[in-house]
Amino acid sequence: MTVTEIEQEAVVRPETAVAVSGLVKRFGTGPVVLDHVSLEVTEGEFVCLLGASGCGKSTLLSVLAGLDQPTGGSVTVNGGRAALMFQEPALLPWLTASRNIELALKLGGGRFGGRSVAAREVRRTEAARLLSLVRLDSAAGKRPHELSGGMRQRVALARALAQQPRVLLMDEPFAALDAITRDLLHDELVRVWRETGVTVVFVTHNVREAVRLGQRVLLMSSRPGRIVQEYAVALEGARRIESPEVAELSVVITDRLREEIRRHAA
Amino acid sequence: MPPEPAADTQLAELGRGLDVLTVEEPAQRRPVWRRVVSVVVPPLIAIGLVLLGWQIVVWAKLKKDYEVPPPSQVWHTLADLWNRDVLQRAVWQSMSRGLLGFAIAVAIGTPLGLLVARVKPIRAAIGPLLSGLQSLPSVAWVPLAIILYGLSPATIYTVVLLGAVPSIANGMVAGIDQIPPLYLRVGRVLGARGLVAARHIVLPAAMPGYVAGLKQGWAFSWRSLMAAELITQSPRLGTGVGQLLDSGRVQQDAPLVFAMILVILILGIAVDQVIFAPLERTVLRRRGLSGA
Repeated sequence: MTVTEIEQEAVVRPETAVAVSGLVKRFGTGPVVLDHVSLEVTEGEFVCLLGASGCGKSTLLSVLAGLDQPTGGSVTVNGGRAALMFQEPALLPWLTASRNIELALKLGGGRFGGRSVAAREVRRTEAARLLSLVRLDSAAGKRPHELSGGMRQRVALARALAQQPRVLLMDEPFAALDAITRDLLHDELVRVWRETGVTVVFVTHNVREAVRLGQRVLLMSSRPGRIVQEYAVALEGARRIESPEVAELSVVITDRLREEIRRHAA
Repeated sequence: MPPEPAADTQLAELGRGLDVLTVEEPAQRRPVWRRVVSVVVPPLIAIGLVLLGWQIVVWAKLKKDYEVPPPSQVWHTLADLWNRDVLQRAVWQSMSRGLLGFAIAVAIGTPLGLLVARVKPIRAAIGPLLSGLQSLPSVAWVPLAIILYGLSPATIYTVVLLGAVPSIANGMVAGIDQIPPLYLRVGRVLGARGLVAARHIVLPAAMPGYVAGLKQGWAFSWRSLMAAELITQSPRLGTGVGQLLDSGRVQQDAPLVFAMILVILILGIAVDQVIFAPLERTVLRRRGLSGA
C-alpha cells in the first residue's frame, strides 16, 4: 500500500460521477456551513469524506441528494440519480423488508428485465434479488423490528440500490452498530460495491473506517466546512481495519484532523 | 479484483452466524387455553364483585327496592324485554344508527383531519376550534338540532356527527404531527411527492394516531347517540335503547332503568372490543410497538 498526499486542486476527469465546484451553503442568515467546497468523484470510485462534528459532511450529502439547495456554486450528479443512506436504517416500520424495497422500486419507476416495475411480480422478483445481494434472502417477510441493527442497515442498502443510483451517498451508515457488525458490514459493502460498480460517497468521522473503505479520503475542516486535504489510498489486496497500513495512514490523518480541531481552541 | 471464493464463503458464513446471534428468538407462545384464561377470568371476577356489592346494598336495605332493585329483578326485566322482542329491536335501532353515524363521521373527519394537518392556513383557522369542540358535551347540540330538524333522524345524526367528527379529525392531525421527520425524508429520497407521498408515507405513518382517533370517535358517537335518544321521543324515531331508558324514568321503573344502563354500557364495550381493540393491536404489533 502506498500513501500519497495531494494538495487540493481541480482535476478534470473523463468519467465524472459527481462534480462539485465552489459550493457554498448557509441556512438563512446563519453561519456559512460549507465554504467553497470543490470535489470530483469518478464513475465507480469509492470516496470517503472525513471530518469532525460541524464540518458540514451531512449538509454536503443533503445537497448532493437534492434535499437541500446550494447557496452558491454548482453541483452536478451525473445521471441525476443519487440514493442516500442515513445513520438510522430508516426502514418504514409498517412494511416488511421486501415491501420496503418494492416501494423504492415502485417510486423509482423504470424497468427490470424488460418489464415495468408497475407489475407487482417484477418488483417482488427484483426485491428478492437485491435481498440476496446483501445476503438476507430469508428476511424478505420480516418486519424491521424483527431484524437486528446490522440486518436493517443491509435492507437499507438493498433499498438504496433499488433506486438504481449512479451514486450511493452514505451518511455515517454504520456509526450506530457494534464493532463486530460494523467490521462485517465493511466487508459486505466493499463486496457489493465491487459487484455493482456503483459510485460511493461515504461520510464518516471515524478515521480508520475512512481509510479501511475509501480509495480516496477527503479531509474536511469544521466551521466553515472546507476540504483541506486529500489522501489517496492505493489498495493492494484485501484491507482490514486492523491492517498496519490502515493504522499507519490513520495516524497521519488523525494528526492532521487534530491540528484542524485545535485551531478552534484559539 | 474479485475476492477469492473461499474468503467470500467465509464472509457469508460470518454474516449468517452474526444474524443468528443478533436476532432475538421469539418467546415461546403460551398455550391457547392459558391465554384465554388470562384474558377472560380477571374481568369475570371484577363483574362478580360488582354484582356482589350491588346485592349487599340491596340486602342492607340502604335504598328502597323500587329505587335500587336486586340484580335478579333486573335480569328478569331483561329476559322479559328479550322475550317480547323489544330488546332486540331497540338494540338494532340504536346500533344501526350509531354505526351509520360513525361511518359518516369517518368519511367527513378523515379528509378534514388531513386538510387541517397539511394546510397551514386551514389549521390556523379551524385547528383550535376542532380541539375545542371535543370538550363541548354533545348533549348541548340537541336543543339546536331539534329547532333545526324537529324530531327526525336528521336531528340524531347531527348530534352524532358533531360529537364524533372532531375526535376523528383530531386523531388524524395527531397521527400526522407525530410522524418521525426521518420517514418524510426517506419518502423524499425515494422520490415520493405530493399525493404519492401522502398515500405511501404520510397515511400509513399516521395510522397509530388515526386508529386512536377512530376509537375515541366511536366512543363519542355512541355517547352522542344516547344523549340524543334520551331527549327525543317520537314515533318517527322508533325506540332505541336510549328511548327505552327514558321510558323507564317516566314510568318510575327502576329495573328497566338499570337494565338499559347495563345494555348501553355492554354495547359500547362490545364494539370497542370486537372492532377497535383488534385493529389497534394489529397496527401496533406490526410496528413492534406493543408488548403483546
